[in-house]
Amino acid sequence: MHGLINRAMELFLRDTYGQEAWEEIARRAELAPPEFEAMLDYPDALTVDVLGQAAELLGKPEAEVLEDIGTYLVSHPTAEALRRLLRFSGADFTDFLYSLDDLPARARLAVPQLDLPPVTLTDHGGQKFSVTVGQHGTGGFGFGHVLLGLLRAMADDYGALVLLEYKGRSGRAETVEVQLLETAFASGRSFTLGAAG
Amino acid sequence: MKADAIETSAALLDVLCPMCLVLDARAQIVHAGPTARKVLGATGLIGRHFFDLFEVKRPRLDPGAPGLRAAGGRRLHCVLRGPPRTEFKGVAVPLPEEQVLGPAGGVVVDLSFGIGVIDAVGRHDLCSADFAVTDLAVEMLYLAEAKAVVTDAWQKLNQRLHGAKAAAEEEAYTDTLTGLCNRRALEPVSQRLIASGEEFVLMHLDLDFFKSVNDTLGHAAGDHVLRRVAQILRTETRDGDTVIRVGGDEFVLFLEGRTSEEELARVASRLIQRLEQPVAFNAEVARISASIGSTRSSSYAEPRLAMMMDDADLALYAAKQAGRGRHVAFKPALRKAVESPPGGAVTPV
Repeated sequence: MHGLINRAMELFLRDTYGQEAWEEIARRAELAPPEFEAMLDYPDALTVDVLGQAAELLGKPEAEVLEDIGTYLVSHPTAEALRRLLRFSGADFTDFLYSLDDLPARARLAVPQLDLPPVTLTDHGGQKFSVTVGQHGTGGFGFGHVLLGLLRAMADDYGALVLLEYKGRSGRAETVEVQLLETAFASGRSFTLGAAG
Repeated sequence: MKADAIETSAALLDVLCPMCLVLDARAQIVHAGPTARKVLGATGLIGRHFFDLFEVKRPRLDPGAPGLRAAGGRRLHCVLRGPPRTEFKGVAVPLPEEQVLGPAGGVVVDLSFGIGVIDAVGRHDLCSADFAVTDLAVEMLYLAEAKAVVTDAWQKLNQRLHGAKAAAEEEAYTDTLTGLCNRRALEPVSQRLIASGEEFVLMHLDLDFFKSVNDTLGHAAGDHVLRRVAQILRTETRDGDTVIRVGGDEFVLFLEGRTSEEELARVASRLIQRLEQPVAFNAEVARISASIGSTRSSSYAEPRLAMMMDDADLALYAAKQAGRGRHVAFKPALRKAVESPPGGAVTPV
């Protein structure tokens, strides 16, 4: 798995549970030195192992850890650069949903080596959508849960009111259902095109 | 942006090219798209002369509607006359002589920021709604920002790798027991000194009676003595000097400056004197001494490490022969003396 994904997981665990917890997880997963390089590639099994060790140490289901990673990626100050990049996808939350299909291509445009699983949005009408995420690599890493957390946080970011539900895995794909109740429910967080740096 | 069925061509233009200007036959602005109003300032915009506002840098054209009409379809390069002198790419489209799409004999000029969009967005406080839906400006801004983030990540990785490389190099040149440089440092240090053109002294120092410390008191005592020796060599030399452990109980010192015969003799005898002070180890006392052979870079037309090492070795050999615990500075006469040694080989102690 690409270092950026591993690094995101590391930063989430460190920022949320502290350096000590992270070092213990890294030790159990035999990651030495206890640090992922964002721009290097790592075996998929290592990513899965780190996730498993984290879930065990924290006493949480893996799905919950993954969902929290998704939320962290949008809402934590450490990940502000990523939040901004995501906000470029659409002017409002509906726009953002419509651009989800492009997400892997957008990621590849930024980092050609970053291979994300395919994402498909289906519009059921009546502000109801479902988002399907394909399986990535050798498996064991549920991007669907990450997406669930990420969508929840992005809805907040745009100030939209949504109901989200993880509908489970079918074959190699996971599905998240989105019911958009209100696009402009709250003011959301500010985003200006030229604010970076 | 929600668009109802349009009623005028201006409304059409507002959606398709929000940064366009409609000029009449005198090149006065009669309509400005929403983004053009935001960028150029809405007040007083209508009625202004296009060429008062912009300088058309390329292609060369006569300032006036006919000039713009003649350049129709070609890429225009314009600059705002006042600060912030924003640059624009643009295209002019002549309107028909009958007043169907706009003022007769007028021109529609559509503008874009081109590559300057990144600065312009900040300068004019633009948001994605200010660009046509089909405009790739926002994608371009995304790319620019993504590029900055990724470049930053690469740069950090590079810095870490660079730091790791420096640490590994330092480790490779360090003797782990004493913390002095090891023999791998000989070549680079001598090269640096020779290249600097400064005069320097190469000292070859060999411990006397060290072997018996190892044999009678054990290797732990030997190691302790070596660490103590390293400490003495470090404190008795200056910052710019280099102390290298080249072998078990052999050291090479590069001393910068202090190359006069008297000074060299003084430094050497002080070193020997300090090394002869007994070293306590557990309940035992270890006693050693040192022999030193030295040579000065100034005695060579072109100093080279191999030659200087050979000569310092000869001087060291002479010091050992003369009874150890002393310093001998190299003289060419030593070379002849060694070629026919009077007293035979020196046994290692």
